[in-house]
Amino acid sequence: MADVFLSMKNVNKRYVGVQALSSVDFEIEKGEIHCLVGENGSGKSTLIKIISGAVEPDDGAEIEIDGKPFQHFQAIDSIHKGIEVIYQDLSLFPNLTVAENIALSQVIATGNRIINYKEVQNIAKSAMARVEVDIPLDALVGEIAIADQQLVAICRALTSDVQLLIMDEPTSSLTKKEIDALFGVVKDMQSKGIATLFVSHKLNEVLQIAERVTVLRDGKVVGTFPSSELDDEKLTMLMTGKKVEYSLYRPQASDGQALLEVRRLAKRGNFKAIDFELKPGEILGITGLLGSGRTELALALFGVSPADSGEILLSGRPVKIRSVQDAIRHGIGYVPEDRLVEGLVMPQAVQRNLVLTVLSQMVNQFRLIDRRRIQATVNQWVDELAIKVPSVDSPVQTLSGGNQQRVVLAKWIATNPKVLILDGPTIGIDVAAKHAIHEIIRGLVKQGIAILLISDEVQEVYNNCNRIIVMHKGLFIKEFETTQTSAEAIQDFINSTG
Amino acid sequence: MKKLLARHETYIFLVIVIFSIVITAINPSFLTLENLFDLLKSYSFMGILAIGVLFVLISGGIDISFMATATVAMYVVAIVLTRFGGNILLCFVIAMSIGIVLGMINASIIYFFSIPSIITTIATMNIYYGLLTVLSGGKWIYGLPAWFREFAELRVFSLTNAEGITYGISIITAIWFAVLVLAWFILRYTMLGRGIYAMGGNLASARRVGFNLLHLHLFVYSFMGMLAGIAGMIIALLVQTVAPNQIVGKELDVIAAVVLGGASLAGGIGTLLGTMLGVALIAILGNGLTLMHVPSFWYNVFIGLVILISVSVTAYRRLKREKRMVTVELE
Repeated sequence: MADVFLSMKNVNKRYVGVQALSSVDFEIEKGEIHCLVGENGSGKSTLIKIISGAVEPDDGAEIEIDGKPFQHFQAIDSIHKGIEVIYQDLSLFPNLTVAENIALSQVIATGNRIINYKEVQNIAKSAMARVEVDIPLDALVGEIAIADQQLVAICRALTSDVQLLIMDEPTSSLTKKEIDALFGVVKDMQSKGIATLFVSHKLNEVLQIAERVTVLRDGKVVGTFPSSELDDEKLTMLMTGKKVEYSLYRPQASDGQALLEVRRLAKRGNFKAIDFELKPGEILGITGLLGSGRTELALALFGVSPADSGEILLSGRPVKIRSVQDAIRHGIGYVPEDRLVEGLVMPQAVQRNLVLTVLSQMVNQFRLIDRRRIQATVNQWVDELAIKVPSVDSPVQTLSGGNQQRVVLAKWIATNPKVLILDGPTIGIDVAAKHAIHEIIRGLVKQGIAILLISDEVQEVYNNCNRIIVMHKGLFIKEFETTQTSAEAIQDFINSTG
Repeated sequence: MKKLLARHETYIFLVIVIFSIVITAINPSFLTLENLFDLLKSYSFMGILAIGVLFVLISGGIDISFMATATVAMYVVAIVLTRFGGNILLCFVIAMSIGIVLGMINASIIYFFSIPSIITTIATMNIYYGLLTVLSGGKWIYGLPAWFREFAELRVFSLTNAEGITYGISIITAIWFAVLVLAWFILRYTMLGRGIYAMGGNLASARRVGFNLLHLHLFVYSFMGMLAGIAGMIIALLVQTVAPNQIVGKELDVIAAVVLGGASLAGGIGTLLGTMLGVALIAILGNGLTLMHVPSFWYNVFIGLVILISVSVTAYRRLKREKRMVTVELE
């Protein structure tokens, strides 16, 4: 087992003004399951690009694969040595069949001009058989589940003589069950001598699958550790370089009239029998596995896809929420799960994004856009939420994940909402930024607004809420008082439903 | 059965059947072999161009310049014919070569400068038309040789009706069908065809799995150009006069027929069957409205409505499918 497959020594990479990697030593053994973790900007993606040959390291690096040293390591060397990368976007063809997606690169390599569908099917079948997965060969890839698409990408990698499979954030949109299935496949590949390198920042998953974990911070290797020696807390400390306190916050809900009350809310094929109350100053947590209906509930409350039946009351008055405009008018704000797609206009400037929700108030007496008012509003929120931007005119896509999320938050806080729905507010951002976001949320409820915090991370809801509701198959199945239970107990309960 | 209902083609086919029944009920001469053969001849032009447009759309691009290409091709052929003479084979070779060259120009600009295909081909359309108008002075060309007219009258298969008039499947229709078979073979059985689908589905991935995108671009646009050359020849054969402005402005009709047939403007999706049904629908509509003595002004209104309804139905079904995908299993 101690056979080294890939060995890298003294890897440096300097981009203009930034030392992305400095004297990195990194090693992967044959058939090993290895995990690479680090915060955003720690150099993970640069390291992967070097391993795949897409980026050349600075002079002085020593790269050895299978005992063979390489001077100038190129993409073609990487492919010949059996290194395959599955990027987050999977690089599949949605309009082609499963079989074609798996076999295409092999068929191209043969140089045949006429396609032989039997051969395509056979290549696909044998790749699937290697990892014991079974997906209909004639299905169009665009029409199968994301988890199956991931398996198709793996099978495609298996059609070549793969020795090391690198997977970038493979679990971000999979349910618990699907993650378990994926890990089963990885274990299967391991038994055939194929090494896997996971790049992830979901720490609990990392510890579940990996044998060894390498931690990167600020372009340097903090260390490589057997996963048995690590736990959540220790890993966080290694990644951030400081001890991050998981501070608990127990919001003080006022006793008065509920701000938001939902009775028997139902939407066919999404959720039903939803009852809850949300008081001023309260943070109510809703958790559950991916596909439990939690996001659908949020979308219904915000009017994106309105509920079929049931009542929504705001400050005791029944309201109809048929559209997003209705929701905003009634003082509901929504921060979506996927800020990249739904929350922000990525190529546009921070200031434009920030005032989008309140643009109708940013006008002068002629109903024209008032630049000075925009400037003032933007400056106020950038200060208040401590958004780090080179300039308010920088495109949002140039900011870090944490700062992007602050812009989304600011955009909605600016509307002066009574109820704020946050769906996965800290997905994909690193630990330190996460805590900053939590601080902002806690500050908001102190001012008397109510927050519905939806997250699949139990620790997140546990740390911030006094009540937590677990959703499963479109129903509220259990409510926890955080003062009377532990995060582990809630997690165990959720896992038992999976 | 369920699979059949999920296909766009089934719906167009049903619409065609319904239209045919209505038209026949009003004017029985619609559903005669004579009329159908005639339609197959006069819509060969659109049918051939639609095949080229389908290729371009599947690849994720669009071509607006094909009518200009067709015009240039037939004009040059007509000049060569009237000045130097020649034979029908030579005519086709010249027309197709011009189409291929102009298509390659399109492809090269799109590939090397990564300019969106719509911008590129609008620009080249203007250049091709403009140069032709300047150089030709807008003159019409008459007096094509007798053998040119005779070729257009050839039939691969003839029948005689009750009044003793012969009719049948024109050589022009046969050319269309030959192109169709070639296109079908390319899309279905060659790596080239799968490459076109792959490129339209995900350009970056197509490069990553090893397709040569330059070759694919060159093929797609020069194939379109070649078919435009053939289409130009067909117009010349059908009309027997050649004018620089004969088919100007008909680009969108062809693109509409292909989209009607289920091809996606976003690329990656489209079938030959659908495209041919799209052309058939537009042909039957045009012919049927004439046979029903509807004033020709209404023709455009009907075409517009049919396109709108058909595309809406497809979009609505996709919307429903996407909604179904977020469905949570309720207990």
